Amino acid sequence: MTNRFLAAAAAAALAAAPAAAQTIAITGGTVHPISGPPIANGTVIITNGRIAAVGAGIAIPAGARRIDATGKVVTPGLIESSTNMALVEVESVGTTNDFRIQDEDQVAAAFNVADGINPRSMVIPVTRIAGVTTVISRPAGGLISGQGLAFDLLGDNIGEMSIRSPIAMFGSVSENEHGAGGGTRGGLFMRLREVLEDARVWNRNPQAFERGETREFSVSRLDLAALQPVLRGDMPLVVEAHRASDIQTVLRLADEYGLKVIIAGGTEGWMVADDLARARVPVLVKVLRNLPESFESLGARYDNAALLRRAGVQLAITTGETYKAFNIRQEAGNAVAYGLPYEEALRAVTLYPAQIYGMADRYGTLEPGKVGNVVVWSGDPLELLTSVEHVIIRGVEVPMVSRETMLRDRYMNLDENARSYPRP
Amino acid sequence: MKRALCALALAAGTAACSQGQARPAATPAPQQQSASRPADPFPSTYRPLPSQPTLIRGGTVMTATGQIIPNGQVLMVDGRISAVGATVQAPANAVVVDATGKWVTPGVIDTHSHLGAYASPGVQAHSDGNEATSPNTAEVWVEHSVWPQDPGFVRALEGGVTSLQILPGSANLFGGRSVTLKNVPARTVQQMKFPGAPYGLKMACGENPKRVYGERGGPSTRMGNVAGYRSAWIRAADYRRRMDAAASGSGGSGGTAPTRDLELETLAGVLRGEILVHNHCYRADEMAQMIDIAREFGYRIRSFHHGVEAYKIRDLMARDSISGSLWADWWGFKMEALDFTRANIAMVHQAGARAIVHSDDPTGIQKLNQEAAKAMQAGREAGIEITENDALRWITANAAWALGIHEQVGTLEPGKQADVVIWSHNPFSVYARADRVYIDGALIFDRFDPSRQPRTDFEVGLFPGEASND
Repeated sequence: MTNRFLAAAAAAALAAAPAAAQTIAITGGTVHPISGPPIANGTVIITNGRIAAVGAGIAIPAGARRIDATGKVVTPGLIESSTNMALVEVESVGTTNDFRIQDEDQVAAAFNVADGINPRSMVIPVTRIAGVTTVISRPAGGLISGQGLAFDLLGDNIGEMSIRSPIAMFGSVSENEHGAGGGTRGGLFMRLREVLEDARVWNRNPQAFERGETREFSVSRLDLAALQPVLRGDMPLVVEAHRASDIQTVLRLADEYGLKVIIAGGTEGWMVADDLARARVPVLVKVLRNLPESFESLGARYDNAALLRRAGVQLAITTGETYKAFNIRQEAGNAVAYGLPYEEALRAVTLYPAQIYGMADRYGTLEPGKVGNVVVWSGDPLELLTSVEHVIIRGVEVPMVSRETMLRDRYMNLDENARSYPRP
Repeated sequence: MKRALCALALAAGTAACSQGQARPAATPAPQQQSASRPADPFPSTYRPLPSQPTLIRGGTVMTATGQIIPNGQVLMVDGRISAVGATVQAPANAVVVDATGKWVTPGVIDTHSHLGAYASPGVQAHSDGNEATSPNTAEVWVEHSVWPQDPGFVRALEGGVTSLQILPGSANLFGGRSVTLKNVPARTVQQMKFPGAPYGLKMACGENPKRVYGERGGPSTRMGNVAGYRSAWIRAADYRRRMDAAASGSGGSGGTAPTRDLELETLAGVLRGEILVHNHCYRADEMAQMIDIAREFGYRIRSFHHGVEAYKIRDLMARDSISGSLWADWWGFKMEALDFTRANIAMVHQAGARAIVHSDDPTGIQKLNQEAAKAMQAGREAGIEITENDALRWITANAAWALGIHEQVGTLEPGKQADVVIWSHNPFSVYARADRVYIDGALIFDRFDPSRQPRTDFEVGLFPGEASND
């Protein structure tokens, strides 16, 4: 009865457009603003979708909805920095896959996944009720996969949910993409240089290309145009690379072309941590990876994140997952278990990804003026026995339901009549 | 207990209890066997590592039998748990291990691994888990694919895993025999085989077989899958009848034993109750079909594996004593994995069926304690009371039962094999690491002692800078 009522309420809540942002006051909790040390018995005020105030002993505005967080922990919403969120429903059902374009030349720079984003994806609610409020959703496959975007996990219109689109260009020099380089590493980088050279040459005189007065280019006009912000260093190029030598080659290439690169994966990054630190190149790290699962990851180890950070490399912790992006706090917790300082692990799922993607002016900490993405946890956010109690995205408290919790509630009672015909 | 096990093993015609004796160098004669009970041609040569009497004291002891003893003691002697309690009598020569501030549990057991059969690095040459050449390959034994040098075994050990079942893949209706191993460094798989553990048979439902064979002669549908199972069981029942008749010398048409058939030998072993069925199956309605098929042919399903929809038929599982080897939160990768709930394990547990957290993954196997923690938390959020003892049993005692080794391992009880983990924190904390792992009373991994950190051959000398350390 109670479950059924809750399920019905949840369904209604899911269907309805998000309620207008109201003033919310979260009181009494241990607040991790990330921008500074934890605040005991702190208050967070959220107004009009933004953080209005953070601190101890702050006056509560009249009419504010209060959330008592006594004995609980308050943090910014977590940011998953590498996922295919809202670009795939069921992995094995091809028609629901919108993150990989079949491009013969393995270069799809012009492909922006934003137009394929499904704000109603069933993967979004299950992710956000785990405390993940923001994602960078990205294309995959090929040498240059295309452009990704950052968005908040609430809403029904990607135009409104979007934080920045495109936010980065994505590519890969992993062994898995050798086909794009004639089956070799060197070929892969030769091809990357060829594409970048073509984009440079094209840009000197695009009109000449339109008039048919240039030589032939190895990729399409749209790809050449899309690469210009990358060549200018305005748009980061996120390159998946795992072997230490591949990471070093990417660093050389970045230096050669003045690219702003971010390493994704970076399995053997700890072996070249000083090079990464010197080049100020950040790494998106999946922590739970310690097997020599391929020849480019023979040096995989759980303390990669800790070793990189110790060397001064900026990093974001990622699951690299879509369906299980909700496990990002487990990844961060394991980073701590394997040597990353606790506060650094928290930053690696909040502030650092915001900084790496150039959106730290609005995301990543609890500071006045920032977007009101806030999570209230029953305890340590990185612990597995901690529950997520409140999730606020852009100042709106989201219902703590997903298809997963609704199926659970639907099957609490196995009686057919009780289950299959819920009362309206 | 040891003697009983040996008697069992002898009855099954194995050499499990004659280890340690010099073998003649001459070519041995073919093993003796009866028609209906073929000898074990690949007997376990596992021998526990040397151990000293060891007393672990000061830690929080979680026995997986319902007891959680703060500042408890565990005594291991001759490879067995000798005593467990608040204080126990230890021999004077016992090594004393101070576990103050730490937790002590039975070794973790995984019912679903492909280590060695899909070894790291995951190159094509190491792809030995699916004999995807026919929908029924009940004749294959996965132990013939297992590479003991898979670095994944050592990583799993570092995660507290002391026993594990290696299964063939799920491409086939009948994937072949499984093997249960002690997670010890070894040159041969025989040295890892858990003495006396029954074999398992891997069966698979649903999308995988019909995807693999849909355009290769079938089955191409779920109904085709079911016809495939039933046809095979009919042949197996007939084979068993003729074998038994020949063995008993009874008259009639059953006088002559049929030629041995490896496929039917395994299936007949299931019908005799000697081989345990491990059934990969996601969807509730399909699991119900598999239960009916088992009833039609008179065998039992020991465990449904993956069972993303197990919560929908948890009553049927409890009724037929079928365990559920399940994930905490895997979902979405295919249609039959769509209807997940994170409360699946807790709901199956609450219904009275044995719930198990399994990995099917070389990374997940290293953190089964964390997977159990997530499943426990999801249960609690659903309003289901789950104790730490319950969650511990999901990765120890219940898993042992599914593998038929629950008399030997899975709990900290006197007489059981001393497979024990000392954790740095409560094992359900994300910060917990296995500090020490014992198998049969021998310290086989110590996080703080490099001389007690095994490495596989594959990992030796991979990096020039490290070569001097090897």
